[in-house]
Amino acid sequence: MNLVKLTIDGKKVEVPAGTTIYKAAKELGIDIPILCYMDLKDLNIENKPGGCRICSVEVEGRKNLAPSCSTDVAEGMEVRTNTMRVINARRTVMELIISDHPKDCLSCAKSGSCDLQDMAIRLGIREIPGQEYAEMSTYRLDTSPSIIRDLDKCIMCRRCETMCNDFQTVGALHAVNRGFQAVVAPAFEMNLEHSPCTYCGQCVAVCPTGALTEVDHTGKVIAALNDPSKTVVVQTAPAVRAALGEEFGMKAGTLVTGKMVTALRQLGFDYVFDTDFAADLTIMEEGAELLGRLTRFLEGDKDVKLPILTSCCPGWVNFFEYNFPEMKEIPSTARSPQQMFGSIAKSYFAEKIEIDRKDMVVVSIMPCLAKKYECQREEFMVDGNPDVDISISTRELAHLIKQANLDLVRMDEEDFDKPMGESSGAGVIFGVTGGVIEAATRTAYEIYTGKSLEKVDFEQLRGVDGIRSASVDFDGQEINIGIAHGLRNARKLLEEIKEGKSHYHAIEIMACPGGCIGGGGQPLHHGDASILKARTKAIYEEDRNKPIRKSHENPYIKKLYEEFLGEPLSEKAHELLHTHYFDKRKKIFQV
Amino acid sequence: MPEATLLANPVKKQIRIALRNCGVINPETIDEYIGKDGYFALGKVLTGLTPAEAIKVIKDSGIRGRGGAGFPTGLKWEFASKNNSDQKYVVCNADEGDPGAFMDRSILEGDPHSVLEAMALCGYCIGANTGYIYIRAEYPLAIERLKIAISQAREYGFLGNSVFGTGFDFDIHLKYGAGAFVCGEETSLIHSMEGLRGEPTLKPPFPAESGYLGKPTNVNNVETYANIPVIFLKGAAWFSGIGTEKSKGTKVFALAGKVNNVGLIEVPMGVTLREVIYEIGGGIRDGKAFKAVQTGGPSGGCLTEKDLDIPIDYENLIACGSMMGSGGMIVMDEDDCMVSIAKFFLDFSVEESCGKCSPCRIGNKRLYELLERICTGKGEMKDIDRLRNLSEVIKDTSLCGLGQSSPNPVLSTLDNFYHEYISHVEDKKCTAGVCRDLMEYFIVEDNCVGCTACARACPVGAITGERKEIHLINLEICIKCGACMEKCKFDAVILK
Repeated sequence: MNLVKLTIDGKKVEVPAGTTIYKAAKELGIDIPILCYMDLKDLNIENKPGGCRICSVEVEGRKNLAPSCSTDVAEGMEVRTNTMRVINARRTVMELIISDHPKDCLSCAKSGSCDLQDMAIRLGIREIPGQEYAEMSTYRLDTSPSIIRDLDKCIMCRRCETMCNDFQTVGALHAVNRGFQAVVAPAFEMNLEHSPCTYCGQCVAVCPTGALTEVDHTGKVIAALNDPSKTVVVQTAPAVRAALGEEFGMKAGTLVTGKMVTALRQLGFDYVFDTDFAADLTIMEEGAELLGRLTRFLEGDKDVKLPILTSCCPGWVNFFEYNFPEMKEIPSTARSPQQMFGSIAKSYFAEKIEIDRKDMVVVSIMPCLAKKYECQREEFMVDGNPDVDISISTRELAHLIKQANLDLVRMDEEDFDKPMGESSGAGVIFGVTGGVIEAATRTAYEIYTGKSLEKVDFEQLRGVDGIRSASVDFDGQEINIGIAHGLRNARKLLEEIKEGKSHYHAIEIMACPGGCIGGGGQPLHHGDASILKARTKAIYEEDRNKPIRKSHENPYIKKLYEEFLGEPLSEKAHELLHTHYFDKRKKIFQV
Repeated sequence: MPEATLLANPVKKQIRIALRNCGVINPETIDEYIGKDGYFALGKVLTGLTPAEAIKVIKDSGIRGRGGAGFPTGLKWEFASKNNSDQKYVVCNADEGDPGAFMDRSILEGDPHSVLEAMALCGYCIGANTGYIYIRAEYPLAIERLKIAISQAREYGFLGNSVFGTGFDFDIHLKYGAGAFVCGEETSLIHSMEGLRGEPTLKPPFPAESGYLGKPTNVNNVETYANIPVIFLKGAAWFSGIGTEKSKGTKVFALAGKVNNVGLIEVPMGVTLREVIYEIGGGIRDGKAFKAVQTGGPSGGCLTEKDLDIPIDYENLIACGSMMGSGGMIVMDEDDCMVSIAKFFLDFSVEESCGKCSPCRIGNKRLYELLERICTGKGEMKDIDRLRNLSEVIKDTSLCGLGQSSPNPVLSTLDNFYHEYISHVEDKKCTAGVCRDLMEYFIVEDNCVGCTACARACPVGAITGERKEIHLINLEICIKCGACMEKCKFDAVILK
């Protein structure tokens, strides 16, 4: 490796050629302030537009200051990060940025976790000269089902744009306008709802300010819990338990399942259930569908559509409805676990406890922002009454718990309620990339071969690579499985199918990095893959500790079929647990 | 034949190289270009020189980029030639955007073949076989003439496969810009060509390493290219014999403002501003006093009497706080308010900033607001300090040439006309009589005949006075609309 010697603030350092000044300074323990720069190293995503200019430093012999985040080191370079020229420039630029930023920190959703606020504190900003006559750039507030865009707070760091375009290839967000009115928005400054946005929430996850936030439904949850006429049922997605603790200062990867259940009960939910139960149900339906298509295919039926694609991830569903609508017959018709849960809660369970579905409020706790949109889809309503009424994120749940003066760390551990709180390990691993297909494999294998699995862990399906492929031996029949997380990777697999080059029988796709554990509604991971890895580990740990590891062995699922649904893919199951997809391509930018 | 957009009478001091054929030949007839030795340079180089030898000619000639930055053209070509790639591109920057500048347009409209020939020469030198002309769509005549020229050149075998039968292939296509000023910056231009947002990115990588579609690309301005064929025909020594030590050849300027002769001029490097303004420009209009000259377009600086005898070249203009730019030259007289002039140019930069980096996006807006305060009598002394600090920080921290130079009009007027700022701020007076908010209407007693026309015209009843007696304007009520002044036939209403 080619090493380069340079001096930073009088200290000598040697770094590989191609290193930026910012990173070289880090080696020396010099922490140059950065604002727009973002390095999601482990996801292979770097945002360095060199736009904010906060990281400017002085380089000997150079006419103007250099942005350290995007200027490479050179042999013999002499860098100064703390001269008065630099400090004055940095403060002045910061004052400029704040001069065009609202000062409503007290009621801002990002207050306390805002990079701009942190920078103002760090640079000791006390007043903004000329603020009284400074014009502010203002924009229309855009509220979509999942995400709120308050662009008055946008500082043009372009991080969201990088996530939306480079990582997700969604293309909903771009810089528009020029000069003082330049801002990141959908084309023609349309609302997000009219763009190809999938609501994956990765933009929200990286926004340094309050410009992009989730639609907060905690107020609605409080109102529902306050209403004595309502029976409030809560379901928690698998990935939530592996990350919620981080919001309370616990180490990444700490499982808080039992504590979370206690907290939810103390918050006043009438029934604390588990989305994992519905995940088991998903496997019954999706697994049956997979086996059905597979059997027909192996019997020589040329019309059968393969590969089958998973359909649990609402961001992914939105993505193919916008980008690959001509292939909308390929994904499994199985609803997502969130929606299966709502549907069963408001039919089977409502009957059981003898209440009208209108008197039941189903709240879901999700690592996801697209779930907020999913539960508002018309096809998931009965006479205008949604199967899932309110979906809140992991972050919103943490706020609720804190508002109720509950200390999650010291909370006792309790169990979920029955019947919809019982789940298998297969349901748990839905939270990580590869988990859904592994869960499906456990069940499909046993049903297809009629044999019992000796080892339920399919290590070949696990991992962190964006695209993975593996084959599983179904008693002499090779089943080829593809896995992708991140929509950029999903797009590649979809293009292969379109070109007829795909050799897969089944593909699992998750929109977010690492699967749901890296969802847009999770505690912010700032691209630190070690956090994602720790959450993944926790999910597999919960799976291992479960007495039941396969969905079809969940006794309450068996009971549900016996008492209510009949069998997988039955008429009733179709009505309550399956869905269909739409061609949304033509809807983009049509108002 | 096009209407000549040049000076009617090309007076002394001018040497025409870039403009040699403009207004002389019919630009829609390739034969007329050939009749002026057109495409001879291409033939000579393709058949007689290796690319390295040809690049050496350009290097020896000393020609530097005419788009503004003044980077040595030969060096640029050499960089592009040394980067190995299966595909390279030659790009002509025809995104001329300075207000009042039309050098490139005139060349493209009057002599399009000279640019095509030069691009083919460049392609041969750097090893590219595709050229693009990035031209703003607001130049329809230039586009039309380029299309005609390209098709004629293809017909004659000067473009296309095996030019002059040498086996060298080269063709040229047009790309249209939407007229964003910042797309004149080469990285922005390339992004715009690629269909991306026209905004700059950090250099390195330079276009010569990674340009259009990631391939080595050489970008030169129209005027630079127009010089190239002549250099090959007359030799590097001839070209470098013209101009100053570090700036060779000629430069085209768009002379405008308060001089008697306005229009395009082409002068050898090294002439003085005084020669340009008084000899070519014919001096200041109406016998008024010269006050300043702005060179380098909207982000150049305003120079004064003390700078008039400095030989014009890249270094000298920068040393005295301005720049060559693409060749705008606006002359101002005693009636021009320098604070307003700075505000005028800044307005352009605010409008044309792409918005990518914060100092340019927000800083220029704040500079404009400060100038607006000063021009309307709300300025305070601390605003002047802020103007200077902000200007320096914007220059120091902006991403591209636009922000790095946009505060120049502010800084140069602060340096050269500080007293005008002071009188606006301290005395609330605009001595040039431009800033309306700082002026008041008065009636000159000696001229007033008491006709009452002014009082009847005043929409707010601010003027009082009996018929045939002297009238008076109540300044407390006056809204400074100027109606009284317009109505008065006796020059009795004045503004001061």
